[in-house]
Amino acid sequence: MSGAFRIPGAGRLSQPKTARFSFDGQSYPGIEGDTLASALLANGVHLVGRSFKYHRPRGFLSAGAEEPNALVEIRRDAARRTPNVRATVQELYDGLAAQSQNRWPSLSFDVGAVNDIASPLFSAGFYYKTFMWPKAAWKNLYEPKIRAAAGLGVAPDQPDPDHYSARFAHCDVLVLGGGAAGIAAALAAAETGARVILADEQAEFGGSLRFESGASIDGEDGFGWAQAATARLKDMDNVRVLSRTTAFGYYAQNFVGLVERVSDHLQNPGRDLPRERLWQVRAKRVVLATGAIERHMVFADNDRPGIMLASAARTYLNHYGVAVGRNVGVYTANDSAYAAAIDLKKAGVNVAAIVDLRDNPTGPVIDEARALGIEINFGRAVIRAGGKLRVSSMTVQPKNGGGERTIPVDAILMSAGWTPSVHLFSQSRGKVAFNDETKRFVPGIYAQDCVSVGACNGTDGLSATIDEAYAAGAKAAKDAGAKAAKGTKPKVDASESWSRGMLGAAPGAGPDTTVKAFVDFQNDVTAKDIRQAVHEGMRSIEHVKRFTTNGMATDQGKTSNMHGLAIAAETLGKPIPQVGLTTFRAPYTPVTFGSIVGHARGPLFDPTRKTAIHPWAEAQGAVFEDVGQWKRAWYFPKGGEDIHAAVDRECVAVRKTAGLFDASTLGKIEVVGPDAAKFMELLYTNPWEKLEPGRCRYGIMLREDGFIYDDGVVGRLAPDRFHVTTTTGGAPRVMNHMEDYLQTEFPHLDVWLTSTTEQWAVIAVQGPKSRDIIAPLVEGIDMSDEALPHMSVREGKICGVPTRLFRMSFSGERGFEVNVPADYGQAVWEALWAEGQKHGAVAYGTEAMHVLRAEKGYIIVGQDTDGTVTPNDAGLDWAVGKKKTDFVGIRGMARPDLVAKGRKQLVGLKTRDPKVVLEEGAQIVADPKQAIPMTMIGHVTSSYWSENCGRSIALALVAGGRDRMGETLYVPMPNGTIEVEVTGMVFFDEKGERLNG
Amino acid sequence: MAKAATRKTAAATPSAERRAALAGQELSATGVKLAVLPPAERISLRAPEASLAALSKALGVTLPRKPKTSASKAGRTALWLGPDEWLVIDEAGKDPLADCAEVTALHSAVGISHRNIAISVTGPAAAAAVNSGCPQDLALEVFPVGAASRTILGKVEIVLLRTAEDAFRVECWRSFSDYVFTFLSEAAGDAAA
Amino acid sequence: MLLIRCPYCEEERPELEFRNAGEAHIARSANIAGESDDDFEKFFFIRSNPKGIIHERWRHMHGCARFFNAVRDTVSDKFIITYKAGEPKPAKLPKISNEVVAK
Repeated sequence: MSGAFRIPGAGRLSQPKTARFSFDGQSYPGIEGDTLASALLANGVHLVGRSFKYHRPRGFLSAGAEEPNALVEIRRDAARRTPNVRATVQELYDGLAAQSQNRWPSLSFDVGAVNDIASPLFSAGFYYKTFMWPKAAWKNLYEPKIRAAAGLGVAPDQPDPDHYSARFAHCDVLVLGGGAAGIAAALAAAETGARVILADEQAEFGGSLRFESGASIDGEDGFGWAQAATARLKDMDNVRVLSRTTAFGYYAQNFVGLVERVSDHLQNPGRDLPRERLWQVRAKRVVLATGAIERHMVFADNDRPGIMLASAARTYLNHYGVAVGRNVGVYTANDSAYAAAIDLKKAGVNVAAIVDLRDNPTGPVIDEARALGIEINFGRAVIRAGGKLRVSSMTVQPKNGGGERTIPVDAILMSAGWTPSVHLFSQSRGKVAFNDETKRFVPGIYAQDCVSVGACNGTDGLSATIDEAYAAGAKAAKDAGAKAAKGTKPKVDASESWSRGMLGAAPGAGPDTTVKAFVDFQNDVTAKDIRQAVHEGMRSIEHVKRFTTNGMATDQGKTSNMHGLAIAAETLGKPIPQVGLTTFRAPYTPVTFGSIVGHARGPLFDPTRKTAIHPWAEAQGAVFEDVGQWKRAWYFPKGGEDIHAAVDRECVAVRKTAGLFDASTLGKIEVVGPDAAKFMELLYTNPWEKLEPGRCRYGIMLREDGFIYDDGVVGRLAPDRFHVTTTTGGAPRVMNHMEDYLQTEFPHLDVWLTSTTEQWAVIAVQGPKSRDIIAPLVEGIDMSDEALPHMSVREGKICGVPTRLFRMSFSGERGFEVNVPADYGQAVWEALWAEGQKHGAVAYGTEAMHVLRAEKGYIIVGQDTDGTVTPNDAGLDWAVGKKKTDFVGIRGMARPDLVAKGRKQLVGLKTRDPKVVLEEGAQIVADPKQAIPMTMIGHVTSSYWSENCGRSIALALVAGGRDRMGETLYVPMPNGTIEVEVTGMVFFDEKGERLNG
Repeated sequence: MAKAATRKTAAATPSAERRAALAGQELSATGVKLAVLPPAERISLRAPEASLAALSKALGVTLPRKPKTSASKAGRTALWLGPDEWLVIDEAGKDPLADCAEVTALHSAVGISHRNIAISVTGPAAAAAVNSGCPQDLALEVFPVGAASRTILGKVEIVLLRTAEDAFRVECWRSFSDYVFTFLSEAAGDAAA
Repeated sequence: MLLIRCPYCEEERPELEFRNAGEAHIARSANIAGESDDDFEKFFFIRSNPKGIIHERWRHMHGCARFFNAVRDTVSDKFIITYKAGEPKPAKLPKISNEVVAK
């Protein structure tokens, strides 16, 4: 009922619960606990994909994460569509819908398969050689076409509706891999009381015990022991057991990234559940128990659907109860495939023949196979597979040549041996060593505090594995500081053992042949391609890899690397270790962007900072702009005004009556200590020692290179206390800059810095009526011009709460900045607003603020300066203390290039046509008739319509600008050249009389 | 006429209403509760070793000298943030700034009561919720009750204080509180896993 | 993510809390205004950028906020030692092998 190839009584899906699923629109029955692969195989479906380059039909190679062929798209809905899911990993749920990829119009008839016929064109290095000329065609023609034709799946075009979570975790011992070795290591470590995390990529722990029917531990069958042991670990408070969790990256100092797939296997994942959870684990010790991966045999047409790894067939049978065929052939170079043949035979599947490359191997599995009546052929090779959409036969020949014999089969199980999974070890910067006897790369020199156990360490046999793993787990815990172990080591009652195998191409696919014997299935790399790469001059395996793309697909060559290396070595006539293994890099298997992004999306992508007064501005219908992370009120449109009308109205009102402006985002730093003034002298260009308490000064801060870094008004509250303001965007870096000098260059000074940006809400009240608005609410501060002149500061109360009241102006009008503790900001603003209403005051935003300051020629650091502007360039020489012998930037400012003639200087620009508003960033030339490219002598830094001036105004950096007063310059624009006159920077109230107006 | 009246009442009681960010916000998830804590008095205190005795006496709590620790007495907690830096939080309504004002020994005390917002994270999964965005090891033996540290939560800076085995106080700047509360809310939903 | 030992916090903390601050032990002259162009160039522009051992400044930005110095191997990316700002270069470095021999 769940597929014709499901064998009653076989497998572990003990209480079958049907799950219907579809593949390419066709509905099939499956069982909960199946993977998509096992469920398809149960229904006799082997053809699941087309290959990358040749569009050859492909089936399942494996039963796990190493799968190179069976990549499908899983679709929950239009937005939740995941391409390139390995069907061998995807767990089945009722209603699962999967689609094949990389084929058109259908899986069984794919037009792209002409590439297979035309394959002589697509040999190694084909792309490099063919699409080199003409150069532009690569970008515009070849690459898009190749990508469309090759493509591995299609990315969804809607935002991902799932959410992803993240966790930092720490432990004493992190065990990666939950087979026999990992479980034994975790048990040993956990019994000491150490903090242990055990992770495995599968839904169920056990690793190769899933298929090893001959294993028995502590009186139970291997898989049953694994479940019981894992359950025990789960019950321990000091252990976290993570299934469906892949360790994808091993980084510095035992920092390991794991992705836990939380809900991809669920039919209806609750909205509360994340899809995936990223674990960033810091472990004192890591135990690598990542096992080994079986290799395929490299022979002609070894990629036909139905040809798979022997251990995969065994997994499908022993775990899922599925026979991968009814009449299977076996092709092997080691013992482990015999076990698959035996298991299938016992389950009632006909085993047509075992073809063994070895001459006369002996051993219990061979005897058992023979006893079961299975035909065994030693010293022979499968030289070719028949069939196209499904394997139909294998052609056998003595390995040294001779008569051919074709045997009909519907599946071929193959095993060339086992490759230790050293991926994570290699990522940890460990160096592998080649064991010449076993022809395996195993962990050699360790770079981090980790240890490899079991198959990934080249350890053969279950007993040896558990001995090694248990000891390593206990030692890792001890090294991490735990007490001595008090548990008991699992006892192995029965086990299987595997012998070696072979690397490289099998007979029949040797150097003298031109057959398609695949080494890398996902990237369609054949043995011939690798030889060709060597013949064309690639010597290092790194070059061979890139030239052929062997091992560069998303499976990272889990099955192909060793074969590719062996073929390259053979062709080069060098021993394998001299050719070298390529470096393994993260991620071990593909990781979703979602799990990397985690919580950082939507409102958590970046903090959105709002001032205490924000709710008021929002209620008033303000339009906001982003200034760094801050939301700032940009303008306050009234009755359908556009930005221009609103800003014009706000600007006029400020100069006529008054305006309220939320300046809370300005950076604020309190500089406190007996050496506060000395410190200020060193960090700013201005003199500070003689500034009286209660007075303010506009300060300029340079970097050591002599360029303007920040500016702001600084108030001296007391001899030992300054209230420093910075630009909104500059606040964090100014604080860092100050701390840097204080801690490392001037540590002898008794002074400390505290950020008070967010302690104070700041309400600027600017305009001729500003004092009238503020005065009624203020207590304890004499507001007269004599007592509180321009550029002074007083502490007192406003609306009954403490205030630091600055008399200062960034508009050129009489002005104040009312600082109050932030939580009172909105209430004080509302009180000032109520007072302001009596005088016709407006609320104004950042745009009007910019216009008003530009009318006065006040610069904005970061807009009118760009990190290459000196105080002199900006016309701010007056703010540099001439008698000072030291401040940051004093020497940089004197560099030859910074005092040379012709530097760009900040000037004003007036367009000849007063109605024309220049574009900020527009380039300026002296002669518009010169040939293109013209010599550009500067650019516009600020430009606005000024309703108060009744014309446009602009600031610009112009070479030798101050010597060009009155000159006509030109701004070439796409629609014509604009004539401008160079002027001073002050456009309004040049004498500054309105500061006291 | 209103002006005079305003002046007089202002002198007696504050007329401006205090509106704290996120006031009263709470969230409950499996294993974790979040709550925005009421306003508290806070100072950033900076001082050299020689001043610590005098400052401790004035504040009524011994300023801790050991990294990642705090000291607490009568509703007042001093958190070691750096070798010459403490965050003093008073939840009993007494102003530590005033207490420091009388100390003549070298120091810098700056009022930051309104700069910070505090969020409590409590429950058996509290540490897991914080660990969603904080890279420090929060195991009890590494980050015990009373441990305090400036650190990171997601993309912002926080000060983290463990007030009980299953309770943390997270302090952040006012304008980051929305981010922090939202982050912790999302994290809380997944913390029991 | 690296673990960096902060000499002020006296423990290893995650790299996320730190920020690199360039090469260490480059002293700013007490008479910087009087420096020659060549001396200023050496002080301000020229950095050793070694392959191997580098002395560099870090700030425990989101921790104790202190600047400190570190000796790091730019090849292995391993920290060899960290020490407080103002302390001299360590005369002797502890031996840290890049390679842990097979266990």
